Amino acid sequence: MHSRLRCSSSTQNATANCQQETALRSSCFRGKQNSEKQQPPAARIGSTSVGRSFTSRGLAGAWHVGKNLRQAQGYASESGNSKQEEEAEAREVMEYDVVIVGAGPAGLAAAIRLKQLCQEKGTELSVCVLEKASEVGAHILSGNVFEPRALNELIPDWKEQNAPLWVPVTKDKFWLLSEKHAFPVPSPFKNQGNFVISLSELVRWLGTKAEELGVEIYPGFAASEVLYEGARVVGVATNDMGIAKSGSRKPNFQRGIELKGRLTLLAEGCRGSLSETVIKKFQLREEAGAQHQTYAIGLKEVWEVEEHKHHPGYVLHTVGWPLNFSTYGGSFLYHMDNQQVAIGLVVALDYKNPYMNPYEEYQRFKQHPSIRPLLEGGKVVQYGARTLNEGGLQSIPRTVFPGGALIGCTAGFVNVPKIKGSHTAMKTGILAAEAAHEALSSMENPNMDAYWEALQHSWVWQELYSVRNIRPFFHHGLLPGLVHAGLDHYVIRGRLPYTLAHGPPDHECTEAAEKHKPIQYPKPDGVITFDLLTSLYRSSTNHEHDQPPHLHLVDKHVPETINLPKFAAPESRYCPARVYEYIANEDNKLQLNINAQNCLHCKACDIKDPKQNIKWTVPEGGGGPGYTIM
Amino acid sequence: MKIMVAVKRVIDYAVKIRVKPDKSGVETANVKMSMNPFCEIALEEALRLREAGHASEVLVVSMGGTQCSDTLRTALAMGADRAIHVSTSHSLFPLTVAKLLQALATSEKPNILLLGKQAIDDDANQTGQMVAGLLQWPQGTFASKVQIDKETVGSVTVEREVDGGLETVKLQLPAVITTDLRLNQPRYATLPNIMKAKKKTITQITPEQLGVQITSDLEILEVFEPPKRKAGVIVASVDELLDKLKNEAHVI
Repeated sequence: MHSRLRCSSSTQNATANCQQETALRSSCFRGKQNSEKQQPPAARIGSTSVGRSFTSRGLAGAWHVGKNLRQAQGYASESGNSKQEEEAEAREVMEYDVVIVGAGPAGLAAAIRLKQLCQEKGTELSVCVLEKASEVGAHILSGNVFEPRALNELIPDWKEQNAPLWVPVTKDKFWLLSEKHAFPVPSPFKNQGNFVISLSELVRWLGTKAEELGVEIYPGFAASEVLYEGARVVGVATNDMGIAKSGSRKPNFQRGIELKGRLTLLAEGCRGSLSETVIKKFQLREEAGAQHQTYAIGLKEVWEVEEHKHHPGYVLHTVGWPLNFSTYGGSFLYHMDNQQVAIGLVVALDYKNPYMNPYEEYQRFKQHPSIRPLLEGGKVVQYGARTLNEGGLQSIPRTVFPGGALIGCTAGFVNVPKIKGSHTAMKTGILAAEAAHEALSSMENPNMDAYWEALQHSWVWQELYSVRNIRPFFHHGLLPGLVHAGLDHYVIRGRLPYTLAHGPPDHECTEAAEKHKPIQYPKPDGVITFDLLTSLYRSSTNHEHDQPPHLHLVDKHVPETINLPKFAAPESRYCPARVYEYIANEDNKLQLNINAQNCLHCKACDIKDPKQNIKWTVPEGGGGPGYTIM
Repeated sequence: MKIMVAVKRVIDYAVKIRVKPDKSGVETANVKMSMNPFCEIALEEALRLREAGHASEVLVVSMGGTQCSDTLRTALAMGADRAIHVSTSHSLFPLTVAKLLQALATSEKPNILLLGKQAIDDDANQTGQMVAGLLQWPQGTFASKVQIDKETVGSVTVEREVDGGLETVKLQLPAVITTDLRLNQPRYATLPNIMKAKKKTITQITPEQLGVQITSDLEILEVFEPPKRKAGVIVASVDELLDKLKNEAHVI
């Protein structure tokens, strides 16, 4: 019976069988005799520790049973709970000096820097980091050729401390691919001094460093709601756990917790769900005169290849095939250690053809005669996908709002031509921590304005400024884009007097299906290329199955009335996890079926849905992919 | 009444398992580990019994290397009162674990020893039964329901899932109970509890202190993946099917 807990089937819903037992569990459950003895968590804790707070700020934050202030003080409610339930039960409150949402490179760099500053200046600040993944690093996915610039600033002796930067870059290749050939071109990258790493591994290491310094990190808790007091952000709340698909409470129901921070840093990564609401609410793009953000989706596998084919430090990028000349994107292939190779494809989400399937393009890419031989005889270790921002300087919103700030990819600091964003993300975390520490030590109502200032004078801004025109020029096509990129990179170096603007937002770029033909992708061979569900299984993705779907449709009729007829259901193609499927119902009409359990948390649907009808929200904490070497 | 729960740290059930290239075992480096799901259920049952007033203390026990403390902290965060870590770097097989539990039960004197029915890494399904035998205690395995009647003091009624259906047994305490999937749904550890658990102490003890010798009575020779399923073949006629069944599959 237990074996069904292991994900081994490749049915329509890859993890359905795993959760079948849980479904049986909940349906067979009869109210326990002792249920009447169970008190709501708030009251139970409250009876032993109401009003108790730790006197030393440096220790855990103070907590108390919160009164139901939200209605009285006009808190914005964006959680998924029903109104009656929200009003019925107050949430416990925990207080910190700084609450950070997201234990990624930016969030952890900020946390570490805060504690370092406390040590340097003899101050004490309580710092809490919330992470929706079941463990730190499990939702981290990136190429990754790492530029250690920010890490050198943060932890100069990282080598002595065994940071997982084991493989320096030894070779830097760049090919232009046609269907059968590969043409080497001079590599525009300057990767000497950089390292081929697994960002999940690095983030795990950063997590241990942060905990050593006294940062409290809580994986398995998803921040689902921003808390406001008037117009100021005062913290976040985690979502309720133990709610059934029907919306009713299961026996292990646990009310969410409010984490109040004197300052709140949002470090959710690309297209963060809370960050998007905050950016909209405070009009942060308009404030900075910024454009919309533009995105790409990256699909990646880590392979264990045959020993004689493995060359640690070998870095390859390609452009061209399988993507056509009007789609921006390219592949990466990085030799890590342990006989492992990271191989992936990045496809910009401003593509026009609704029949485009990034996953299938990626699988097809691996069959190229110059790529395939490397993988033959090898095994896939992990698969995953994540969107990344491509907007560069033009799309950075004002990163400061009353009560907090945005750091890392959630604001968008990827250097697109370099395809690196981890170093800039960490630097913004460091800058934010420095501003926060100063603010908390000196201000009554701390604000992060100094961070916005510091950011604009930092090397992050300089770097993004110098490459700002490269990506936008690709709107004219791949070849013009490459020519211009070459010019800008080698000659002009960003010193043009103008800044090119982006085209329309990605979701508006999708054209009607009638203008395009379906693309015939080759069938997977099961050796080098695989069907999506087999790949999905390799991401170790899992969610508690009996919970309301975390993907919300603003208008539930739009999929069948617009997405399907007009755009031929693009979500069934760009989703790298087969969350969206159209299935014939009893009347033989196609209906959208959402397999929320498969979700990789990549955010592609939130970005690319033509009518922006799909809203990605956090599922119950602990769910999602289980990346360990991505 | 005191309840002792034994929990095991295993590879998380959602992780895709890989066999090590040298076939000596399964890849555990850089792999997510968690509490065995059946052990979670056992711990949840113990907590419910305590909340119902039948027990006053829930003691949780785990055995292995230093990372067992993570599992024990999770157990403390779920609500266990005390934790004991039997510290050893040897690989542990069911009989050794049973002997260690026997020693702990003799010194801690719990009324009920709760375990998961089996661990999802070795699927042995032996430890509970072995420790019951060593202690000479009655056992209720594959429990899908555990009931303590306030009237009949000193006994517990356990409904067991067996091949033919459900079997109800009444056990004199002290007893060993192993839990099956349908018994309950484990609670989530709340943030404040996780915080509090970080400060609780975990008692460290060695097998030597318990007077148990770790002998490897089992040895893993080889671990390999099951053979890949071959693609099915669509036959054109019944004759062809018979031919294949006779000459290829050799089943008739």
